[in-house]
Amino acid sequence: MNNSLKQYIDLHDEQLAAIERLAPAPLNELRKKARQALDGAVLPRKGSDDYEATDLNTVLAPDYGVNVNHVDLSRESTTKFRCEVPNLSTCLYYVFNDTFRPSETAGKSGDNACVESFQATKHPEVLAKYYGTVASLDNPCTALNTMLAQDGVLIYVPKGSHTTRPIQLINVFDANAQLMAVRRVLIVIEDDAQAQILVCDHTKGDKQYLSLETVEVIVGRNAKLDYYHMEESGMGTNRLSQLWLRQNESSNVLIDGITLTNGYTRNDYQIDVDGAHCDTQLLGMAIATSDQHVDNHTLINHSAPRCQSNEMFKYVLNDNAVGAFAGKILVKPGCPKIDAYQGNRNIVASPTARMYTKPQLEIYTDDVKCSHGSTVGQLDQEALFYMQTRGISLPIAQKLLMQAFMSDVIDGVRLDTLRDRLRHLVEMRLSGDAMICESCELKK
Amino acid sequence: MSENNNIKKKQDEESIINQAANEEYRYGFVSDFETDVIPKGLNEDVVRRISSLKNEPKWLLEFRLKAFRHWQTLKLPKWGKVNMPDIDFQAISYYAAPQTKTNDKKEIDPELKKTFDKLGIPLEEQKRLSGMAVDAVVDSVSVHTSYRERLAELGVIFCSISEAVKDYPDLVKKYMGTVVPYTDNFFAALNSAVFSDGSFVYIPKGVRCPMELSSYFRINAAQTGQFERTLIVADDDSYVSYLEGCTAPMRDENQLHAAIVEIIVEERAEVKYSTVQNWYPGDKDGKGGIYNLVTKRGICRGDHSKLSWTQVETGSAITWKYPSTILKGNNTVGEFYSVALTRNYQMADTGTKMIHLGKNSRSTIVSKGISAGHSENSYRGMVKVAPDATNCRNYTQCDSLLLSDTSGAHTFPVIEVGNDSSIVEHEATTSKINEDQIFYCNQRGISTEDAVGLIVNGYARDVMKKLPMEFAVEAQRLLSVSLEGSVG
Repeated sequence: MNNSLKQYIDLHDEQLAAIERLAPAPLNELRKKARQALDGAVLPRKGSDDYEATDLNTVLAPDYGVNVNHVDLSRESTTKFRCEVPNLSTCLYYVFNDTFRPSETAGKSGDNACVESFQATKHPEVLAKYYGTVASLDNPCTALNTMLAQDGVLIYVPKGSHTTRPIQLINVFDANAQLMAVRRVLIVIEDDAQAQILVCDHTKGDKQYLSLETVEVIVGRNAKLDYYHMEESGMGTNRLSQLWLRQNESSNVLIDGITLTNGYTRNDYQIDVDGAHCDTQLLGMAIATSDQHVDNHTLINHSAPRCQSNEMFKYVLNDNAVGAFAGKILVKPGCPKIDAYQGNRNIVASPTARMYTKPQLEIYTDDVKCSHGSTVGQLDQEALFYMQTRGISLPIAQKLLMQAFMSDVIDGVRLDTLRDRLRHLVEMRLSGDAMICESCELKK
Repeated sequence: MSENNNIKKKQDEESIINQAANEEYRYGFVSDFETDVIPKGLNEDVVRRISSLKNEPKWLLEFRLKAFRHWQTLKLPKWGKVNMPDIDFQAISYYAAPQTKTNDKKEIDPELKKTFDKLGIPLEEQKRLSGMAVDAVVDSVSVHTSYRERLAELGVIFCSISEAVKDYPDLVKKYMGTVVPYTDNFFAALNSAVFSDGSFVYIPKGVRCPMELSSYFRINAAQTGQFERTLIVADDDSYVSYLEGCTAPMRDENQLHAAIVEIIVEERAEVKYSTVQNWYPGDKDGKGGIYNLVTKRGICRGDHSKLSWTQVETGSAITWKYPSTILKGNNTVGEFYSVALTRNYQMADTGTKMIHLGKNSRSTIVSKGISAGHSENSYRGMVKVAPDATNCRNYTQCDSLLLSDTSGAHTFPVIEVGNDSSIVEHEATTSKINEDQIFYCNQRGISTEDAVGLIVNGYARDVMKKLPMEFAVEAQRLLSVSLEGSVG
């Protein structure tokens, strides 16, 4: 067995009583299975089939502390920390390390939607019904998360309700030791309901952190979900995240995963389209410099006919950054009229940056239209030259072209104000400016 | 009324499909040679026996034994998207030599001539319309090589590999195993241990080979495997076009074909390697057929050299084949054009690797998959650009056409780019035949079946036009025969 995995299994075995004491029953039930799944498990080696560029062993190797006793380690108050989207009012919630804290604006929306911690939820039946039903323990990171999870955030939008304000969840790392936060989110959007969820990741200080994050999403019939995730953490923050999503009939889902600053990130997305007439948009973007590592691994699993899916991931890599993308569209037998596209476009802007890409199609039905495209290249020299002849300096021309390159991912954002904000953030990121909101008191 | 028409059309289509599925494999006959077969099984004695049967020098026996010992440490690879059964390597005979009645190699045995006439491969030089030299390999032995004298005048060596080992040991020793070492993979190790015949080609400096060179491989004996080994060396400034064809009798058992092809291209030389693979694919229920598990790899060693692979894959129960190119020299060019057609229960996992090590190297990959019946057809490829290989360019296009709702089409490309001046593009599509196009043809009085033939031929045209003329006709015919009635 790999040593880096073993330390967490040992921790579980030693501290089982403490872990179970605080966690709700459904978590403890699944914990046993997760422990079994990890029994004798070996972390996939770098270079193996689904891990071309990412070494899980290295990410999990440091001796991270795990907050088994679930103490709120952060002394910062929620009022100090702001992640604002101008002209957008949101219901704000925080996860400090692994501890859920609602803000003063939370819960005042008058909506039926509720955002609560697993431990204090008023809907334990929802937790019991859906927890662990979409995530597969075959994924070693999900199994590890399930084995150690004590709490999480439940976002529940009951049948027919529409949230009037987007739900915003801010993940913050703030501790005085190197820490692994076991984060778990369960999102249940029932039939005919609609929700918009914004999540962003931040880090305070320069400690080394690991976010071990599993998100499960169930989208009911005719429901609609927009889910935006933005990573703006620090160089010392690593992230292993898995998003598991199940779509029912006629549902409409947009997932947008954006990485602006981070350390070492691996995101897994698995979308099971289980009902007919669904629409799925999976978008992603990464701007990586210095030693950033961004690996996105996606699977769109079409097991129902007459659906549409569109996937697009874009990377700009500079310095020693490493980018990886592996995506698969799977169309099961008996699912005609699927229209699926998968795109991955990358700009490698320095001689030492590296890009690995592996777009895949696996099709078992004939009446479908599936395609993928993947490119790795540089900025168009002629366009750069043209702009320079018009008096635009080279760095600005490069920045403009990169911004334009990212625009089809940015344009996919369905909230106008968020789209503008994102465009602004990308511009700041490409210019190398710090991306701190004006009113945030935790300026670095 | 229109509903009735539709039902009738559907029934017609179904009957055509049945016809096609039941269509006989054209090359499925067995020739009546007397064949020397060594007993089944594989151990060091068998390796020694093969070597002594071929009167090989000691160094080659050592090479075989090293490979065999290495093979024993390996396990059958399972990563392909094919349903590979456990092959019992002890149930295969590793050497089968047809006994010809004449000992003189220049004269052709009448039974052999009959066989090759039936296959449409004339061995007599005067009967040839176009100048194409043929090396005919039956089971484990090269039975005839034509036009040798004429080629020898130019210094071109074209003979079987066993003869080359005797006549040109230095060349064989220098190049064999340099591109595909015996440690490369399971089947490469197996082949290195037990390989029998294959072709050896050496084109000297500055020579443009005046005719197409071709090898024709035929498995005839039952319960044997064929382990051919081909080595092509193109010295500086030379050119050669080499073709390979293969067929086998219809049998209920699965037979193994594990070959190695190595190509070395020196400075400014060009090699064009074309394959029309038509091994017996098994019957309509997927019974029998050849397992075609081959390792083909070439290296563009010198600057400005070029290697082009073209393949039309229509046969074999299982195909597991990745003709690859290592672009080591600067300004080298690699090409890969492939049409893979699978039907009934065939499984094909094929593609290529382009390893860019030299600066300014360029590669093109065009792969067209057509799957019908219950078949599985996968493209698996890799394009790797090393950090020092600046200004490289790759373009990959892989399309899949699905002709039935029970077949599968998959693409598994891997792209690794290690610098900022290279451009790599990959595009893939999967779809069925456009109904509008069929409707348009119908409207113009072209039957649905002919329309599908037209569309598929148009679809595969990019690859077909890369084949030498003699082969293109054959390949086109093969494609239309195989497709006949596969309209779904």
